[in-house]
Amino acid sequence: MATAAITAEREHYLNKDYGIRSWLLTTDHKRIALLYLMSITFFFFIGGFFALLIRLELLTPAGDLVQADTYNKLFTMHGQVMIFFFLIPSIPAVLGNFLVPMMIGAKDLAFPRINLLSWYLYIIAGILMLHCIVTGGVDTGWTFYTPFSTAFSNTKVIEAGLSIFIAGFSSILTGLNFVVTIHRMRAPGMTWSRLPLFIWAHYATSIIQLLGTPVLAVTLVLVVCERAFHLGIFDPVRGGDPLLFQHLFWFYSHPAVYIMILPSMGVVTEIIPCFSRKRIFGYHAVALSSIAIAVFGFLVWAHHMFVAGISLYSALIFSILSYMVAIPSAIKVFNWTATMYKGSITFSTPMLYAFGFIGLFTMGGLTGLFLSALGIDVHVTDTYFVVAHFHYIMVGGAVMGYLGGMHFWWPKISGRMYPEWLGKFAALIVFLGFNLTFFPQFVLGYLGMPRRYWQYPPEFQVLNVLSTAGSTILAVGYVLPMVYFLWSMRYGKIADENPWGAAGLEWKTASPPPTFNFEEPPEVTWEAYNYDQIAAPVEVSLER
Amino acid sequence: MWLFLGTEIMFFGGMFCAYLIYRINYFNEFAAGSRSLNLKWGTINTIVLICSSLTVALGVRAAQMGRRKLLVVLLILTIIFGLAFLGIKGIEWYDKYQEHHIPGASFNAADLVRDYPQIHIDQSHEQIYFSLYFAMTGLHALHMIIGVGLFSYLTFYAWKGRYTPAYYTPIEIGGLYWHFVDIVWIYLFPLLYLIDRKPLG
Amino acid sequence: MSEHIMSSKLYYGIWIALMILTVVTATVATVDLGPFNTIVALVIATSKALLVILFFMHVKYSSEKLTKMVIVASVFWLLILLFLSLADYSTRAIGHG
Repeated sequence: MATAAITAEREHYLNKDYGIRSWLLTTDHKRIALLYLMSITFFFFIGGFFALLIRLELLTPAGDLVQADTYNKLFTMHGQVMIFFFLIPSIPAVLGNFLVPMMIGAKDLAFPRINLLSWYLYIIAGILMLHCIVTGGVDTGWTFYTPFSTAFSNTKVIEAGLSIFIAGFSSILTGLNFVVTIHRMRAPGMTWSRLPLFIWAHYATSIIQLLGTPVLAVTLVLVVCERAFHLGIFDPVRGGDPLLFQHLFWFYSHPAVYIMILPSMGVVTEIIPCFSRKRIFGYHAVALSSIAIAVFGFLVWAHHMFVAGISLYSALIFSILSYMVAIPSAIKVFNWTATMYKGSITFSTPMLYAFGFIGLFTMGGLTGLFLSALGIDVHVTDTYFVVAHFHYIMVGGAVMGYLGGMHFWWPKISGRMYPEWLGKFAALIVFLGFNLTFFPQFVLGYLGMPRRYWQYPPEFQVLNVLSTAGSTILAVGYVLPMVYFLWSMRYGKIADENPWGAAGLEWKTASPPPTFNFEEPPEVTWEAYNYDQIAAPVEVSLER
Repeated sequence: MWLFLGTEIMFFGGMFCAYLIYRINYFNEFAAGSRSLNLKWGTINTIVLICSSLTVALGVRAAQMGRRKLLVVLLILTIIFGLAFLGIKGIEWYDKYQEHHIPGASFNAADLVRDYPQIHIDQSHEQIYFSLYFAMTGLHALHMIIGVGLFSYLTFYAWKGRYTPAYYTPIEIGGLYWHFVDIVWIYLFPLLYLIDRKPLG
Repeated sequence: MSEHIMSSKLYYGIWIALMILTVVTATVATVDLGPFNTIVALVIATSKALLVILFFMHVKYSSEKLTKMVIVASVFWLLILLFLSLADYSTRAIGHG
């Protein structure tokens, strides 16, 4: 492994300027991506900390670690921090910001200063959320259901609501930037049909961000107003309707889960062709399935409300629509599998994460279909079955995709290779830890253990202990990459411009890239995923 | 800016959704509440905003033709119309305050119950009408205030000669925003003021 | 951004149309048309909105397909929110007497 010495150091985006001002006032999308990387990693560990406390409490049936009210705060803060400050920004704000301009052959995003503003809004929201946490937190559940959140809870609902409102604007601006960039700044020859599917996935994600987040924003405004001025919009005692809140809330929050998974699917769609040395199977099907998920995702929100009191007929409609939204996801799974068929597979770390994604996302998705069936939902809603379902998708899916993407593009981002054997080892630990944590929860839910409960009947203890054991293993798996990525920045093997032999414009420039991405503006004359024309990398890149 | 306006459609849209559901379920209270709004002021405000949209459109045209002084005059007129709208809104809100129609601790719609004996009015439902009235017109007014601020900025730089036929993008973008806020009011007016203005009896 | 400079006469014409529509909508509201009051009010409001969008906001003269797509998509999405929510509320009474 080489150490840092290079004779004449080439200028690139990391060493162009030094000093904190050059980072805090940067408009370089790559630096902003790294600012986001540091921030979301920080919030990931905060959310993870709450998760560990939850699992610790659930080691024993009695409520003996914290009080009931505190437990309510723990799962609320875990959900809010993980969803709004980690999952929703994660891939778009880190990998998307870094790669979207490069993949289309542009120098930067369409609105670089709005990009920076987006990060500052996120930070302001984050500081507000941290303040909320340390001064008492919120106990309403991340879903803020009324009238508890508006009339009865005596925790800091308004502050949390405002924090998420601001974070929402960060999300909207990122989406806006991506849509304009993808429409307007593609390099000559980069037609829509030659775009990497990562771009299609982010385009679809941006549409959801633009159309869904404002509804959450106005709902939060109404909740804050109701709480502050004692109005009655959602409070039945004062003539309001709690279900209206749920309709408005879930109109955003269901598509939000697609904001969390679509970018991850985009990452997987880049990794699999590379490590199968084959063009993606069914390019147009995968591209259109991303758009289909974005559109259909807006039509299914009331499946979170099947037992809340909506009419049976609308429940039927939403149930059927929920089945339909699974179809585009299934198309992607088939196409990834077909891509690997008769491919030349390399089990690199990114590929291991991609495999994990396919398996775990499929399980999560199939259990989503169980939940869409009204009969089953009545039995398992608000139990650990639901908790396991969404963690399979968000952690087994989205987070694994994020980690796979971080490993895949790390050489490009940092100019260094991470230690491959450690990467594989950590991937295995994550996979094992994850399954041990969340598979028992499917069983628990089916057996009837409710979610958000701080104590439970003793017969559920064994499964809970298994789950907690798994969570500690998972935590180790998450800390490892942070450690070796940092290590690699100083001691990692120096990466050349295309260590994986991957297709895509980002691999045609140096690692790390120069500030304006390309020495000369590229012109695209080839189709995407042209692995028949690209030589496989020399084995050296994948060793030690 | 069009993409941003798309998000604004969904932002106001959430409130329109709440309005739709409650109007259907509490029609009587919505009708009574609507009647208690001042139709004269509401219509005048609609006219004021339409005039302001005209001055904005003419302003963009003036920028396209490089007529700096005309542009500045039109921008200032737009601001004046905007402030007039806000002033009239303020008058209307003050009237509501006097009538105890502002939701919250001091809300009392007994006057409506008294004035409309032929329909049953539930005060809590009536309060929802006014909650939505203030929420929607309040959000709209906030957007107007932002618009006035935006146009003050544009007026200053227009006066300094920054906008030419080659570069008048900020005027056009500001114009789009202003027109959007006008369109929101075009819908708010009939939905809030004109629910039921049939002569009684 | 369209380069087409519109005639000020057209702008004044649209302005007059908007004024007339405003007076019409306020007046018609005082006439009893039963359920049609709401429909007429919304039709007039939509006509006014279209006039503003097409002429004051230049969409009629814009060659930009993306703009029109954004407008249509946003309105469509709003309708999804309104109609599917309504589907719940309006079908609750069925079977519940």
